[in-house]
Amino acid sequence: MSAGLAVGGVKVALGGHPVLGGVDLRVAPDEAVALLGPSGVGKSTLLRVIAGLVTPDEGSVTWAGEDLLGVPAHRRRIGLVFQDAVLFPHRDVAGNIGYGLEAAGVSAAERRAEVSRLLGLVDLEGFEDRAVDTLSGGQAQRVALARALAPRPRLLLLDEPFGALDRDLRERLGVEVRDLLRAQGIPALHVTHDEAEAALVADRVVTLTRGAAGAVLP
Amino acid sequence: MFVGVFFAWPLVTVLHRGLSVEGLDVLRSGATWRVVRFTTVQALLSTALTVGLGLPAAYAVHRLDFRGRRLLLALLTVPFVLPTVVVGAAFRALLPESWSGTLTAIVVAHVFFNLAVVVRVVGGFWTHLDDRWEQAARTLGAGPVTVWRTVTWPLLRPAVLAASALVFLFTFTSFGVVLVLGGPTTTTLEVEIYRRTVQLFDLPGAATLCVLQVVAVLLVLVVAGRLQRRLSVRQRLVRASSATHPVRSWGDRAVLGLTLVETALVALPVLALVLQSVRVGDHWGLDWWSALGVEGPTTRDVSAWDSVRVSLSYAAVAVLIAVVVGGAASCAIAYTRRGSDLLDSGLMLPLGTSAVTIGFGLLITFAVAPVDLRGSWIIVPIGQALVAIPLVVRTVLPVLRSLDPRLREVAATLGSSPGRTWRTVDLPVLSRALGVGAGFAAAVSLGEFGATSFLARADAPTLPVEIGRLLSRPGEVNSGRAAALSVVLVVVTALVVLATERWRHPSAGAL
Repeated sequence: MSAGLAVGGVKVALGGHPVLGGVDLRVAPDEAVALLGPSGVGKSTLLRVIAGLVTPDEGSVTWAGEDLLGVPAHRRRIGLVFQDAVLFPHRDVAGNIGYGLEAAGVSAAERRAEVSRLLGLVDLEGFEDRAVDTLSGGQAQRVALARALAPRPRLLLLDEPFGALDRDLRERLGVEVRDLLRAQGIPALHVTHDEAEAALVADRVVTLTRGAAGAVLP
Repeated sequence: MFVGVFFAWPLVTVLHRGLSVEGLDVLRSGATWRVVRFTTVQALLSTALTVGLGLPAAYAVHRLDFRGRRLLLALLTVPFVLPTVVVGAAFRALLPESWSGTLTAIVVAHVFFNLAVVVRVVGGFWTHLDDRWEQAARTLGAGPVTVWRTVTWPLLRPAVLAASALVFLFTFTSFGVVLVLGGPTTTTLEVEIYRRTVQLFDLPGAATLCVLQVVAVLLVLVVAGRLQRRLSVRQRLVRASSATHPVRSWGDRAVLGLTLVETALVALPVLALVLQSVRVGDHWGLDWWSALGVEGPTTRDVSAWDSVRVSLSYAAVAVLIAVVVGGAASCAIAYTRRGSDLLDSGLMLPLGTSAVTIGFGLLITFAVAPVDLRGSWIIVPIGQALVAIPLVVRTVLPVLRSLDPRLREVAATLGSSPGRTWRTVDLPVLSRALGVGAGFAAAVSLGEFGATSFLARADAPTLPVEIGRLLSRPGEVNSGRAAALSVVLVVVTALVVLATERWRHPSAGAL
């Protein structure tokens, strides 16, 4: 039994079209892996399978040998940062970051302390009461990152988290996130279509390529 | 101008009469407050039940992906386009005699009638709700119940509130259904206004009740508007259909099952109505249908085909008025800056005022010198047009507003005169939207009962008025004829709406 995440022979068809055609992938508990590939190849779908938002037609997903496919998304302890933040519009910054802690039943006082610690980590001290529609793109993405880190996931999935930002900011944030995750000891699977960014944020790079029966990792 | 003369003037007359001394006597009577209480209680009950049953159905037909989804949506929408008298007649046919005049009968009919409002309004919003918020919540450790409580419900709440407010208004001002199904102790303000006018000739009392009604409606609109602003959340909405998913979980299956049951229940009253029209005593027969052609037992009765003719000619005039006035008003609102908001909300007023108040207002205003239109037929289509104009404006205005102004600029730079630009750029879009509006207006006019029942002459009843008259009399002969006539009304309405739908354009707005 290997430690960390193991994806084996995952096949997914969406709307009758094959998207993933038997993907194998491992992420060790101490590494950051970058997942490269042209847009539309199925990178996001693979992340959603791992997170538990899409059920594969075939294949296996395990963590340290334990089967994850029977575990619903909310019990997998796998975080996901979406491409465009997807912050809850009806909650302020603190309400967004504290969401996972609330769901876990953490008391309000502990939540407050943890939220302010996380805001410190992502360099947004004092942002607790801000409405999410007043944030810039980079700030929103940092809040989304803090929100995903709050319930202490065993693996963090990042779906082109800085894709919408300009290059300078993207690379700076990429390095910040890498250092932050390393310091917290959280492994990451980081989707991007930019090779330079991939080399910057990850210990190892894998590339998803289009095949006749869906995308595969050679 | 038209709305000013035929809506505002009568309304002012009603206010004036209603606030007179003898009218205000009504407010001191315990019976009045019993009516107010019953009106409110039945409306609250109807609204709660409609929303409770409508939410799962909205979810099923807008968020789940299964075969026959569109058909289900269409079936669930059918009751809402049925004329209210027909709904009353259908439930008379369906429910046992002992239920007649009970609160239950009224509430059940109201739920049947308004389910479509919740399914359409909430469902329409739900389709565009980004499902990634729910997914984000799940990856953060929230179970299905927590996701619903903390994400879906708060985002959906404004739409649910809007639908509830609409259903409450519709049931609070319900006339046709309650007139047919209600009894002496189960009567709403609307029916009481009608009774005082037609049976007791207590015009001041009726006018006061109208004022009470208008105040109550305005109050609901203001409260709903306030709540909605407080709850509303700025959010991006996504393209439809990206958010549907196949039926997988047991929860989804349960919701779909419930929706199928609801659809079957919605079909029942209509079926009962058709069956009643061919049920003579203890055998089947077409007696009621063949009776439609002959004149009834009393001299005031006319043959059914006369009513069809009357209904169609009134509808033609009403549609003409509604399209001309509604179209002109839409252009005025769309092309002018100053005062257009005022005009916009002013034109929506008839929508908030009940049809009965409109009919009553027209009746008491134009029954006296200098303008006595009481004996004239034209007053009927005018009343119907007033009810239909807000719908026409709501259909046409969004289309005109969505027209890219740069198109007009392009036309101008290509050497087109303002008149030609309007004809070649605006008019094609406008005429399609007007076609859709005409369809709405035709449906409204053909099924209109509240205002028409005050205004129609006894020797020229429209179909709904004739059905209401037959239903108010006891005996199988009358209920059988009413059922057959209801079927005729539904078929005529469907044909007319289908004919006007030919102009339908995908970008045309809807209420």
